Amino acid sequence: MGMGVTIAGANREALQRLCRARPQWTAMRTAREALVLGERTVLHAGPPIAWARMCPPMRGAVLCAIQYEGWATGADDAERLAASGEVVFAPCHSRGALAPMAGVISPSLPLLVVEDRVNSTTAYSFMGTGPGPQLRFGAHGPEALQRLAWNRDVLAPALSRVLEREGPLDLAAHMAQALAMGDEMHMRNAASTALLAKWLAGPLAAVVTDASQLERILRFLTRENDQFFLTWAMCAAKAAARAIEGIPGCTVVSTMARNGVEFGLRVAGLGDRWFTGPASIVDGSYFPSFSAADANPDTGDSAIMETWGLGGMAMAASPAVVRIVGAKSVAAALETSRRMGEICVGANPTFAIGALEWEGTPTGIDIRRVVETGVVPSINTAIAHRDMKVARIIGAGIATPPLAPFVDALLAFGEAYPEAA
Amino acid sequence: MVVRAALRRSTYHDSMALMRLAESLRALPGVREAAALMGTPANREMLAGAELSTPEVAGAGPGDLVLAVRAESPAQAEAALASVDELLQTRSAARSGERQASPRTLDGARRRLPDASLVSISVPGAYATLLASRALRRGLHVFLFSDNIPLADEIMLKRLARQRRLLCMGPDCGTAYLAGAGLGFASVVPAGRIGCVAASGTGLQAVAAHLSALSEGLSHGIGVGGRDLSAEVGGVMTTLALEMLAADPATEVIVVVSKPPAGAVLPALETAARATGKPVVLCCLGAPQRPGEGPLWVGTLEDAAAAAAALASGRPWRPREFTDPEFTRRHLAADGAPRRRLLGLYTGGTLAHEARVLLEPLVGAVGALLNHAGHRIVDLGEDEFTLGRLHPMLDPAGRAALVREAGQAGDADVLLLDLVLGRAAHADPAGPLVAAIDDARRAAKGRGRTLAVIASVVGTVGDPQNSAAQRAALEAAGAVVFPSNAQAARFAALLLDRRLEGKLLSGAAPERPVAPSAPSPRPASGAATPIQAPRVINVGLEVFADELQAQAVPVVHVDWRPPPVDAQVVALLARLDDDVELEPAARP
Repeated sequence: MGMGVTIAGANREALQRLCRARPQWTAMRTAREALVLGERTVLHAGPPIAWARMCPPMRGAVLCAIQYEGWATGADDAERLAASGEVVFAPCHSRGALAPMAGVISPSLPLLVVEDRVNSTTAYSFMGTGPGPQLRFGAHGPEALQRLAWNRDVLAPALSRVLEREGPLDLAAHMAQALAMGDEMHMRNAASTALLAKWLAGPLAAVVTDASQLERILRFLTRENDQFFLTWAMCAAKAAARAIEGIPGCTVVSTMARNGVEFGLRVAGLGDRWFTGPASIVDGSYFPSFSAADANPDTGDSAIMETWGLGGMAMAASPAVVRIVGAKSVAAALETSRRMGEICVGANPTFAIGALEWEGTPTGIDIRRVVETGVVPSINTAIAHRDMKVARIIGAGIATPPLAPFVDALLAFGEAYPEAA
Repeated sequence: MVVRAALRRSTYHDSMALMRLAESLRALPGVREAAALMGTPANREMLAGAELSTPEVAGAGPGDLVLAVRAESPAQAEAALASVDELLQTRSAARSGERQASPRTLDGARRRLPDASLVSISVPGAYATLLASRALRRGLHVFLFSDNIPLADEIMLKRLARQRRLLCMGPDCGTAYLAGAGLGFASVVPAGRIGCVAASGTGLQAVAAHLSALSEGLSHGIGVGGRDLSAEVGGVMTTLALEMLAADPATEVIVVVSKPPAGAVLPALETAARATGKPVVLCCLGAPQRPGEGPLWVGTLEDAAAAAAALASGRPWRPREFTDPEFTRRHLAADGAPRRRLLGLYTGGTLAHEARVLLEPLVGAVGALLNHAGHRIVDLGEDEFTLGRLHPMLDPAGRAALVREAGQAGDADVLLLDLVLGRAAHADPAGPLVAAIDDARRAAKGRGRTLAVIASVVGTVGDPQNSAAQRAALEAAGAVVFPSNAQAARFAALLLDRRLEGKLLSGAAPERPVAPSAPSPRPASGAATPIQAPRVINVGLEVFADELQAQAVPVVHVDWRPPPVDAQVVALLARLDDDVELEPAARP
């Protein structure tokens, strides 16, 4: 007997959940509290990977986290500890959490907490640390550590008090507005970051009594920090995507993530199983004096944006991002969104795009359509330097994930749902 | 002579676009041979066989476009390769009126044309089943031009179609007419009251053209593919098409065209024909006639059209060997030389078959291969002639070369030819043929021989090529052109054996007057889906979309490319379709 489930039905359900999600930023919590993260546990971006195989920027991020936690002093000790086997590594996605680029999460890091009451899901994300040397690119010197400490000691508590005073921030509405202001939410978050600063400014003035501290926070939010909202957007996308995990018979991608060595995906109807292939070198535009030869392969949990139909899927919303990621033309950006529509189950009316005559963003990547057309999701992304001593962003572009994991996932789906005898 | 080749990675074009490209390349200065193919193993092997292979070709994958030319000089070869992009662009510019890029999938196309009713599929056979089953599952009729589809797939598809009361026209269906819209290779014919179910494209085209000449028209012409009446397929689509035509108010008389049905299927066919409640003409080329009650059996495509026209207008009808015996006598008398050997060079497979089944009882065995010793009729649409080349209906060059050869060597002194016109066919098939006939006759004369050339034209004056003009061109070249393939074949028999004159030209052909003993028409049952003017999603050959657009039929062309996966995954994609009920694997 069949179980009364069809792929169309399962995928429709997935689309519905992805579209009705109303993620809200509700709190700031440390990873220790939020994830009940054990001591000496580090969560990393992307599919599972052992220390020995990690790319240099991710190793740098691990060294940063170990020093931040005080498990070791200095990079050399931190490296010995990381290699000793005493630190447990697991993917952020195994805990409903996210880290951008080569980033990691350790117990004392303050995380964004995003809840979706419609689908009853919660997601957690690393919070950005602004421009300059930072953990997500593998920086692990004093400056990077200082930034983490400031986030923990100043920014996160202030944000916490704002949330207590104001109540949660409706991220879906916030992002829809930013989309209309030219963000695609992955490589352009200028509008959403400005909207966040606007929303925070008044309450911050109320909850931060020290004037110089308030000034520092406001300067941090409003100066050269245009990508700051990305981790909020990611967290919202993760809360939405978690709602489709485990739908039986569903061929929609529930996770896409990269660890700088491998690209990995998971499928709603196939549980926690990862399907992986080599991470690609990003086709992008590089900052002066850098080139593809300096680039680390594609990395980060931020591909959750595309999983929710934003970023590369929403290129049509953002003529401004076209140059940032080195796309050919605005017309090519429109075409990208239309082509992405062909591998998706439907469109999300929450994120209607003017340039597409108010069609919603293509949502719900169907592995069957990807395999049949050979059209893989187009991922907008930043590019990390491959050397952890440089540890910085060197450009931005469009990552083309390998097709093989989609094919492997389809084959596994075929095994999970065999032909009726 | 030099060979040069080039690769375009991850570039897909349909086979017709590529073969037209190769044709254009061959016409460039100094180019002797040219190929433009996707880099599949079979194609690469073929290039090697044609000595068009270079190290570049060896590295090609199935998703890569391979270009190869043999030319008199390196400069000419390179110039030819350099012109490729421009030639391909000219092609795609023709359809660039559309504001956005073509969709890549069937479902993407459905979003553009939400009320689409039919999917026209002309992709390579290995992928056609996936698309056809998907179309049927979405409630869309299928016109399946693709060939090389396994019999098991055909059975599966037709069962699926039958369950949903949808047409699965094909595989290997060349032509169809639905409510005035011509699909595939179709002649321009008026709408009318005769419905046709045909196993073959040229058979349907011939009946449509003959009806047009008799001032009758088609209500619908439903193709079913050459295997439908086999024991394995069991006539599933033929019987469904008959049910639909029975219920169709525009259809008054029905014609069925096929090869002889399997013995086990014949009774079902006759039952289905009777059940229509409408007069039915059965033309199963090569099958013994079955006189008596029930459907009216006829032996040729021309007779099928004539009998149907007579039944529709209530006139009596009897078969005739020649519509104008005087014309035949005149040309027979004019051809003094005793003729010994027939060579039929056909572009239409059904026409070749019809000629063979007519001629064998008259002149003895007729072989099907070019190098056969006796009489022979060759279908140039067979795979061995079309590998890497266009079908001869699209590219007359191959047949023209064989006609020239016949003038220079060999023992054939009677050439029997067909000429198939219509949308999507070559713009002037008579042109190159006439030039070749001239050359062949001159060459034969130089060797003290003469060559009789007999032809017939399948097409209408409304066709882009204009049948009257094509016919006039052939006649000017000295060909004797008959109004039908059957008459042309009989005339060939007369040239080969004058003793047949008594049988074929006595005017005493067996009387078979046909009373229009039509059973009283039944009211159409409301259960059947009416056959409506199609709104089409075209997957595969782009020229079919162009032709539909020219007929003002709503059409969306899919920018289809072969899935970049192996056959096992393609089969899995077909199985894991939207509405298939899933069964989870037993947990260990």
